[in-house]
Amino acid sequence: MLNFFQLILIYAGIYAIMAIGQNCITGYTGMLSLCHAGFFCIGSYATAIICKTFGLSFWFSLPVAAIVSGFVGLLIGIPTLRLKGDYLCIATLGLGEIIRNVATNLNPVGYNSIPRATLFGYQFASRNKLAFIFLIWAFVLIFYILFQQLAHSRLGRAMIAVREDEVAAQSNGINVTKYKISSFVLGAAVGGIAGCLQTAYTLTVQPGSYTFMVSVMVLCTVVLGGMGNAKAVILGAVIIQFISYLPQLTGLTNVIPAQAKQIIYGLLLVVMMLCRPQGILGRDKYRYGDPRTRKEKLHDFFVHPRKAKGGKV
Amino acid sequence: MGEILKIDNISVSYGSIRALTDISMSIDEGAVVSLIGANGAGKSTLLKAIVGQEPLKSGSITFAGETICQTKHHHGGLTTDLIARRGIALVPEGRHVFADMTVEENLDMGAFMVRDQALINKRKEEMYDFFPILGARKKQKTRSLSGGEQQMMAIARALMSAPRLLLLDEPGLGLAPLVVQDIFNKIKIINEENKVTVFLVEQNARLALRSSSYGYVLENGKIVLEDKGEALLLNEKVQKAYLGA
Ligand SMILES: Nc1ncnc2c1ncn2[C@@H]1O[C@H](COP(=O)(O)OP(=O)(O)O)[C@@H](O)[C@H]1O
Ligand SMILES: [Mg+2]
Repeated sequence: MLNFFQLILIYAGIYAIMAIGQNCITGYTGMLSLCHAGFFCIGSYATAIICKTFGLSFWFSLPVAAIVSGFVGLLIGIPTLRLKGDYLCIATLGLGEIIRNVATNLNPVGYNSIPRATLFGYQFASRNKLAFIFLIWAFVLIFYILFQQLAHSRLGRAMIAVREDEVAAQSNGINVTKYKISSFVLGAAVGGIAGCLQTAYTLTVQPGSYTFMVSVMVLCTVVLGGMGNAKAVILGAVIIQFISYLPQLTGLTNVIPAQAKQIIYGLLLVVMMLCRPQGILGRDKYRYGDPRTRKEKLHDFFVHPRKAKGGKV
Repeated sequence: MGEILKIDNISVSYGSIRALTDISMSIDEGAVVSLIGANGAGKSTLLKAIVGQEPLKSGSITFAGETICQTKHHHGGLTTDLIARRGIALVPEGRHVFADMTVEENLDMGAFMVRDQALINKRKEEMYDFFPILGARKKQKTRSLSGGEQQMMAIARALMSAPRLLLLDEPGLGLAPLVVQDIFNKIKIINEENKVTVFLVEQNARLALRSSSYGYVLENGKIVLEDKGEALLLNEKVQKAYLGA
């Protein structure tokens, strides 16, 4: 059982990193993209190829995974980011599938027995889950801090302005295209790193594991936690991972079919959209000089949940 | 004073529908110029064309001696954000405030192009002095402001970048007459004291022409009349069509 919780924590961490990337794209900049599985795939493959084919270190593959996947993000972003809403969603969905197909053709059987990552002589072996929990959650923490800083930065403010109102953003001298692409590339790079970390843990890469359901799950995670709120999407990732392992956790694998989790995600999304569209923790909107005290924030959160959404109390 | 904006024979279409046909205009630096016209005449389209949000089918637009808008054949001109950086600020129709941001955050966004924080703070204080209601509401979400307050905030946000030319698209739309009067008074002060050239688009012809030195009348995408502000107010056609006389 403990083993199982550890496994969930590992995947929660990997998905939290994915969700932080998706949150940059969808939460901050407001672009409904559905191809994070593609970036995840690129990161995994890059790591597999670098560590196995070239026999280089995992630590070298980490930045490469980010760069390659960021670069593919750039290639995808330039033509598609002019599209809005559902059109962007469909275009990115298609491109995510193309990435998976290219990966499948590159190596249909995937990669196995990829060399382990080492740190100061310590070998990260899959059976030692605790070490992976530390490794992966260290990255979650790093990206959490980085993106929290980003939200307060000039770049982050521009991205949020684009999300809120493109016309107004442009009129204030913000180059909308530039910030959309930057946001997309950043999110893609983070998705690549998540792929890299997953490969370090599983030591195998299978093209079948990067279907568009993964993208949907990542988007669900962001919506569930709270769009534009880095803390919230991490919480979302933990919840989603617990749900997806619910059959195993309850020991009811025979009773609950594997597909049940897709139904649960779907239901969860519907319920969220109806009851709390801003996500569990809501949007992190009060960023530049929130005048409220901590007590007032808590009060608003529990007593006026709609206030967090910007609605009338 | 010299000419700051020159619109040279421009046409704009939405697909196969012509919205503007061969428009030529000239705006002198330091002036208040207004454009009046009925709903659907093409007023907003003209402002969008000036800031590069709608491409030109023909003609060109020059700002302070630099060609900012051109047809596709001539490289198409600058993008909206670059035009904003040249010193043209548009307060669009419907205001386009950042509704979920506070007044202060909106003003911060207006100063996106300004890198000097001290200067931004100074300008914010100036705005709060000039629009006291905004000072009182600076920590409040813009969504919770009244229509008139939001309009003032949109104008203040546009002024945060210290533009040379301020474009206003129907600042009085949907507001109570007293509030409209207040806004027009402010516009006059902005023009006189801050030396900002103002190009004003309005359906409220009387108020607009009264505060302008020069005016244009737009009908079905064409300029049908142009003259000094007072002269247009006395013009028989204008009186009949726009002043309800
Ligand atoms: N995005 C658009 N697509 C198609 N037609 C448009 C669009 N925007 C405006 N128009 C048309 O162009 C004409 C001028 O519109 P507009 O410039 O908004 O007028 P005004 O601001 O004077 O009310 C109208 O006939 C309007 O229907
Ligand atoms: Mg209009």
